[in-house]
Amino acid sequence: MALVELERVSKVYRMGDVEVHALREMSFATEERDFVAVMGASGSGKSTLMNIIGCLDRPTTGTYRLDGQEVSRLDRRELAHVRNRTLGFVFQSFNLLSRTSALENVELPLLYGGVPARERRQRAAEALGRVGLGERIHHHSNQMSGGQQQRVAVARALVTRPRLILADEPTGNLDSRTSIEIMALFQELGGAGITVLLVTHEPDVAAYASRVVVMRDGRVLSDKRQAPRLAADDLAAPPAPEPESPAAAHAETAS
Amino acid sequence: MIPLETFRVALRALLRNKMRSFLTVLGIIIGVGAVIAMVAIGEGAKAQVEASFASMGSNLLILLPGSTTSGGAHGGFGSMPTLTWDDLRAIRREVPSVRYAAVQLRSNAQVMSEDQNWATSVTGTSPEYFQIRSWRTQSGRPLLDSDIESSSKIVVLGQTVVDKLYGPSADPVGQTVRIKNIPFEVVGVLARKGQSPMGQDYDDGVFVPQSTFQSKIQGGLQKFISGTIIMGAVSTDATGRAQTQVTALLRDRHHLEGGADDDFSIRNLTEMANAQAEGTRTLTTLLASIAGVSLLVGGIGIMNIMLVSVTERTREIGVRMAVGATPFNILLQFLVEALTLAVAGGMVGVALGVFTAGRLAAKFGWPTLIRPDIVVISVCFSGLVGVVFGLYPARKASRLDPIDALRYE
Repeated sequence: MALVELERVSKVYRMGDVEVHALREMSFATEERDFVAVMGASGSGKSTLMNIIGCLDRPTTGTYRLDGQEVSRLDRRELAHVRNRTLGFVFQSFNLLSRTSALENVELPLLYGGVPARERRQRAAEALGRVGLGERIHHHSNQMSGGQQQRVAVARALVTRPRLILADEPTGNLDSRTSIEIMALFQELGGAGITVLLVTHEPDVAAYASRVVVMRDGRVLSDKRQAPRLAADDLAAPPAPEPESPAAAHAETAS
Repeated sequence: MIPLETFRVALRALLRNKMRSFLTVLGIIIGVGAVIAMVAIGEGAKAQVEASFASMGSNLLILLPGSTTSGGAHGGFGSMPTLTWDDLRAIRREVPSVRYAAVQLRSNAQVMSEDQNWATSVTGTSPEYFQIRSWRTQSGRPLLDSDIESSSKIVVLGQTVVDKLYGPSADPVGQTVRIKNIPFEVVGVLARKGQSPMGQDYDDGVFVPQSTFQSKIQGGLQKFISGTIIMGAVSTDATGRAQTQVTALLRDRHHLEGGADDDFSIRNLTEMANAQAEGTRTLTTLLASIAGVSLLVGGIGIMNIMLVSVTERTREIGVRMAVGATPFNILLQFLVEALTLAVAGGMVGVALGVFTAGRLAAKFGWPTLIRPDIVVISVCFSGLVGVVFGLYPARKASRLDPIDALRYE
């Protein structure tokens, strides 16, 4: 059975007098343990797709089944429960609570899931250990680097043992090496039975996925399976000299 | 989410902006402080009035003899003795709503101990007098019926008289004092009672049997009472009835025709006490409602800051919703935050109010009374203010669209 199953899903926004068709009768399905990269130019509908799959938004027409459950007609409270139990989110801007420790950030979904305090703490610490931050559970988000913050966000997404993790440009604010580290984490999740759906516009990042979906004008343009590049291998290889960005080189000569 | 956790989250959010939280609740603090202080002053005044009326006697009625009219000049009440000893006996016997009745014969005289003297009022009366006034002896005994029958030369002293003749802590029972140069044995000392509602010192006086008063202090007529009669009704409610019944009885006994004026008058002091208590109650209500208005203003301050807080934390709300917070979770979080603010402000306000009342009491000598029920009501009311004014911002937060909230810059 497919984990995510969209059937002729459309999403229409009204902006004044203009109707914007963000998704046009799109059908899409993922299998369990898939690692799907969704690509496309801005305005192609990939964010809308993520919002609908993430149960943050509802389709205008069509049906969406998540793990066999029809969720396109659920109310806000029920959608919140689905998000809490079945889904995990990773955002481009990390979206951690400021002035709050890593541990408490990771505990947050368990708090809304009604998990008792002791178990919550234990599971959050475990999840942080899994992303390699076992030593930093009491650090606040403003005391951590971008890569570390995104790891906390990944820990927060997987602490509820979700079926599906949705990542929206998770490497957009990270340098290339930390990006690879995050991709390595996602690849490990596939091994743990978690499906990952990733939105990106960088082909380098999409190369780590096992399936690449390209969208345009609210429709699927292409949908290909591929042999993923292994992030763990890239990390094990001696770090290639970082190609200096033109901007940085320019700044150096200017000074 | 567990309520305790919600409270912890709220507390942390508030502590993050300590100065702002403090300024937000300042309105509530001042409002509650004002309520507590104002009510303390009002209640203190009321308690003082009640206490002074209580020492005057409970359910008290005073019966004054009538006025004389000679050559067109009205002499005023008490200028002519119209009340007889038979009237007193008839009241005791025939008016069921009057529990006690006693004469009050009064004269001013110099009272002398061995080496001191003091001008004070001498009252001739009977044992019932002390029942009506609810006065107790501090040492020795009050007057007894046997004292009246035998016209004993004994006296009961008030505290002020003891202070002047023997010094503050002396116990003169057994000593002899001279009144109009006649020796009287001190048999009792009354407990201190303070001032009457009109500022008269109740402790400045001595009491002798009515028979002794008539024979030794001030000779009076055999038939008429040259003083007043005080009466205690069976209950507060009965004072009005007692007044009517005594009036009817005396009009009948004095053979007054339908249109004739009373040749006596009755003062109902319970009614006076009630009127005065009513006055202080009105004052308290007025002060409390002014203070209540400032509480409402404080509530508006809370609403204002909660709205700012919701806008500021839009992204946080988005994150919480994304990880599974239901709209109700979000509503509760902001509501608990407003409630925590308001109740904390209420508690600080109570402390401020108690402190202010204490200072006012110390500085101006105003009597103040902190009523625990007012304290509890104030804190609960400020909590209510928090909920009422926190509801709109909390609702606004709970209705945010998670997608917009996550994108909010």
